[in-house]
Amino acid sequence: MVKITIKDLSFSYGSRKILDDLNVVVGDSEVLSLVGPNGSGKTTLIKCIDRILKPKGTILLDGGKDLQSLSRQEVARYIGYVPQSTTSALTTTVFDTILMGRRPHMGWRVTDEDIDRVVEMMKLLHVEEFALKDFSELSGGQKQRVLIARALCQEPEVLLLDEPTSNLDVKHQLEALDTVRAIVKKTDISAVMAIHDLNLAARYSDTLVMLKEGKVHAIGDPLSLLTKENIRSIFGVEAAVMRDLDRPYVVPLRSLSGEAL
Amino acid sequence: MSKADKMSKEGPVENSELKVEYSQFVGRKVLFILLSMAGIVVLAGVAATLGSASITPTEVYTAILARFFPGTFETTNFIDTIVWQLRLHRVLMAIFAGMGLAVAGAAMQGILKNPLASPFTLGIASAASFGASLAIIMGAGFVAGQWLIVGNAFIFTMLASITVYGLARYKGITPETMILAGIAIMYLFSAMTSFLQYVGKSEQVHEVVFWMMGSLGRSSWDKVGIIALVTVVCTLLLMYYSWDINALGAGDETAKSLGVNVEFVRVFCMMLASLITASVICFTGTIGFIGLVAPHITRMVVGGDHRFLLPASGLVGALILLAADTVARTIFAPVILPVGIMTAFLGVPFFIYLFLRRRKDYW
Repeated sequence: MVKITIKDLSFSYGSRKILDDLNVVVGDSEVLSLVGPNGSGKTTLIKCIDRILKPKGTILLDGGKDLQSLSRQEVARYIGYVPQSTTSALTTTVFDTILMGRRPHMGWRVTDEDIDRVVEMMKLLHVEEFALKDFSELSGGQKQRVLIARALCQEPEVLLLDEPTSNLDVKHQLEALDTVRAIVKKTDISAVMAIHDLNLAARYSDTLVMLKEGKVHAIGDPLSLLTKENIRSIFGVEAAVMRDLDRPYVVPLRSLSGEAL
Repeated sequence: MSKADKMSKEGPVENSELKVEYSQFVGRKVLFILLSMAGIVVLAGVAATLGSASITPTEVYTAILARFFPGTFETTNFIDTIVWQLRLHRVLMAIFAGMGLAVAGAAMQGILKNPLASPFTLGIASAASFGASLAIIMGAGFVAGQWLIVGNAFIFTMLASITVYGLARYKGITPETMILAGIAIMYLFSAMTSFLQYVGKSEQVHEVVFWMMGSLGRSSWDKVGIIALVTVVCTLLLMYYSWDINALGAGDETAKSLGVNVEFVRVFCMMLASLITASVICFTGTIGFIGLVAPHITRMVVGGDHRFLLPASGLVGALILLAADTVARTIFAPVILPVGIMTAFLGVPFFIYLFLRRRKDYW
């Protein structure tokens, strides 16, 4: 089954075109990574899919329902969003932060089932020992896990992650992506993430979407997509790609600024 | 799956333990609300005993109960008159006005995500002052007769918040646009008030200044009824949106992703907060401080969950205003100080104490 179908999607800030006629399909139980240079539209695309921004074109969810015709509540039951910046203006405990993920499902009263869900997700992401700590006191890696737990409490079909590794050290980068991949493979949730690090993307994704200037440059599996030529043309970087590991490994060599790309 | 977390030495917490811990955490908040309610009842009884004619708390409570259960409780005509016609409406006015201002403040701080927001952030106080000044100095306004000042203050207050909404809509309803539009409106109305004061006669100006200090001296049963009705209805509506206000605290994008209709919630809650504020201050004048500080005091105790923060702030606001009014009318008796002066004198030391004592960031 197809989770999300994106057809002819465009988005502009004023007259500046950020996304230009994108076509992407997110399949069942797959990790799909959006890669590309700064300003290529990765984050914008994530926000369009969750209707945080309002694009032109069509996004179909859940076997053909038009995103625009759904209420925010319905979208929230289908898509869980893990934001990049983890600043919260108001202090709340970790428990309450995760409980917020139940909002699309619950009324004013919190039921036992909601609490059970929260506890379950806290265990899954190993954050239960911080339950009553303030969210703002946590480290970057812990915050990331809490936000993933909150998104999972929405019981979504698709998880959107915006730069899930940007504030993390190497160990926590691997842990965060291990978690995402494990969830995707265990359940039939799909994950769509915007990510900078090509090697992490290659290691954890089933599908890569290479974006350049708001257009899809190429779609495919990491092995066939991460080639010297592709990296040169979307990043403007001369790179060596090692293929003797189980996944391609990209070693950037030098920037090709000003030269013919 | 992430490898077993090396930071946790005790191993995973028991499922049921976590649930118990959380329900205790919620229970403490509910306890605070119940204690505040009890505090209000006790303080109201004490407040009603204080004044030129001395009566005991028992006599006060008996007089109150005698109205509801005439057979069971006996009271004298004298005490009945003092309690019901002189003091009780003022006590209730203090409770509901304090509650309204504090709830409006908590809501504004939540939807604008700004610790300096108060019911007056959107230029509401200066609009109300202008409306009252216009009535006092020019005798002009929308409503005639004894409701002239009240009507003017109310209408200009609502006008100010609708203007702020209109201006902010242009650029998108974000905390920044609303606060900036509010500041512009505030300066506009204070300039107009200053102008009126400049052209006004000195006794009129004196009346305006007195109005702006805020006082519960103009209370009556009708006014208590209006304030109580608006405050209670709007508070319940705001509480209905507690989860959405909580979600706004995590950022507009996150709130949208959780299914919150961000702009609607922000505007609707702002209008409710304005409505409460307008209906309170049109009768009392601008009583500052409570709307700003009562939510902060409450947040330090019960935390930032608006399901509890909104009602608890209301109760704390009621306590502060009732205490302040009681002190204001007894400390230099028979001279009665404007309560707006007393709220800050009483509340600031308490606030600073809490503020210095707490190590954690509570905002």
